[in-house]
Amino acid sequence: MPTLAQETVKIRSKNAGPFWVTVDLFCGTSEAFDSIRGRLSSEAVADLYRVDAARLKRFDIARLNVIKFSFPRPVPQGAPLDRDQHGAQYATLLEEMSLA
Amino acid sequence: MTTRILIPSGVLGLGFEEEALWCGVAAKPDLIAIDGGSTDSGPASLGTGTSKYARAAIKAEWRVLMKARAEAGVPLVIGTCGTAGADAHVDWMFEITRELAAELGQSLKIARLYSQQSPETLAARFDQITPLDPAPEVSVEDLGSMNRIVALAGAEQIQEALNTGADIILAGRTTDTAIIAALPLARGEHPGACWHGAKIGECGALCSSDPTSGVIQIDFDQTGFTVTPLATGAKCTPHSVCAHMLYENSDPFILYEPGGYLDVTEADYTALDDTSVRVTGAEWHPGDYTVKLEAARTAGFQTTLLAVLRNRRYVENAQEWADKLLAFLDTKLAASLDLPREAYTIDIRLIGVNGALGALEARKGDPTEVGAFVIVTAPTQADATEIAKLINPFLLHYPLTRDEELPTFAFPYSPAHSERGALYAFAMNHILKLEAPMDAFRLETETL
Repeated sequence: MPTLAQETVKIRSKNAGPFWVTVDLFCGTSEAFDSIRGRLSSEAVADLYRVDAARLKRFDIARLNVIKFSFPRPVPQGAPLDRDQHGAQYATLLEEMSLA
Repeated sequence: MTTRILIPSGVLGLGFEEEALWCGVAAKPDLIAIDGGSTDSGPASLGTGTSKYARAAIKAEWRVLMKARAEAGVPLVIGTCGTAGADAHVDWMFEITRELAAELGQSLKIARLYSQQSPETLAARFDQITPLDPAPEVSVEDLGSMNRIVALAGAEQIQEALNTGADIILAGRTTDTAIIAALPLARGEHPGACWHGAKIGECGALCSSDPTSGVIQIDFDQTGFTVTPLATGAKCTPHSVCAHMLYENSDPFILYEPGGYLDVTEADYTALDDTSVRVTGAEWHPGDYTVKLEAARTAGFQTTLLAVLRNRRYVENAQEWADKLLAFLDTKLAASLDLPREAYTIDIRLIGVNGALGALEARKGDPTEVGAFVIVTAPTQADATEIAKLINPFLLHYPLTRDEELPTFAFPYSPAHSERGALYAFAMNHILKLEAPMDAFRLETETL
């Protein structure tokens, strides 16, 4: 089964301020966008990042063929247990995910 | 009327293409605006009052921008001076500006906009402070224990600074967009376009095909804005411009600013030619005048240790080894230390296993070696180092089982511990309601 990295053009993540992380999936084409958005549930993404699904924001942006997720950081940027100050490595979890 | 803003780069210190900058100067901008920081790099800049970038890098780039300003004959505005925009950062930038003015033989009127908040004043306004989601718990008493608190200025405070007739404005903490939106708003351009264009331009050429070139210009008018990258070969497309709304934004359509919010849901992006994009349709919704507050506090002191595991059996069982070691240290340290257990934390991060993601890591690999990176956080540096020294022999020799010869792992240097100094934490994510925009800000002017 292909990974999401193989199904998309690019997946990136970054802090949106010190208390939030945002992840953007650039699907590339409207076909890929429609296919991925139908198979990628918000619950699966919430599970992947261990956040409460009710706190996960999702934006399906057809104009850009982008699916975007934002959620509160597990720990704020710079807190003692923060392992990734910029939140840019969070994207790798989605990159390596495979969808049925 | 059209208002043309020249933006040399997303942040001072990151570099820009000088040739493109001079193209921008030749195109007769009305103002040159550049950002000087953000929270991107973490709480330490605000906590220490120092810049993330090297002074030499800032001075070299600022020299070019001061020359460009003299040539263009228009105001040069920098927001969030010195990475975090506290008073110490503004004063640091003022020192650099003073040196350069002397070196370049320029006579200048400088306006400094200060955004730092005194704990006493904020305490008196505590009922006007509201937490955002999520926000650290903050009591009135907590305010006094923070290293620094800043408020994010908006367009109105920059306009106030522009009204002094200053050649250069050194602003403390501002929103990324305010320094770009201020002049076109003051000149009556379309408010939705002013904020939208400012958001698109705040990272310089990041909205184009050549992000590292830095330089772009934005023309604002009564109906929309046009964005043009200035480096040779750089292009903006409707896709590259629109996609920038995703960047570091938790909501790609709504952006809160002092005095209202921007909604770009209905925005329309059109290619004018190969390089420029025209944007219309963003809406500005005025509201209460609130400014965001940021603060840093000292959350302890840290000392670190690093041991490298290369032995096959230990690499394969690194997590089990680390868990056992932590449990052992819990008992061992409790017996040797006067500190209560909740006063300090010991974190062992296995580099090569799950160093970046911790418990979220889903991949199981087969590393050649594993770095056991130990971070001790304690109330004082002396405590943290004492704990690290207690850990040292066990990190070096701790065995997986009791009935084996003691292993010895690789310490990369001597002494094995490193003192990191203070650990800073972001201590506020709140908004403050103001009666008038300048209520929480100070403006000072000086002629050099």
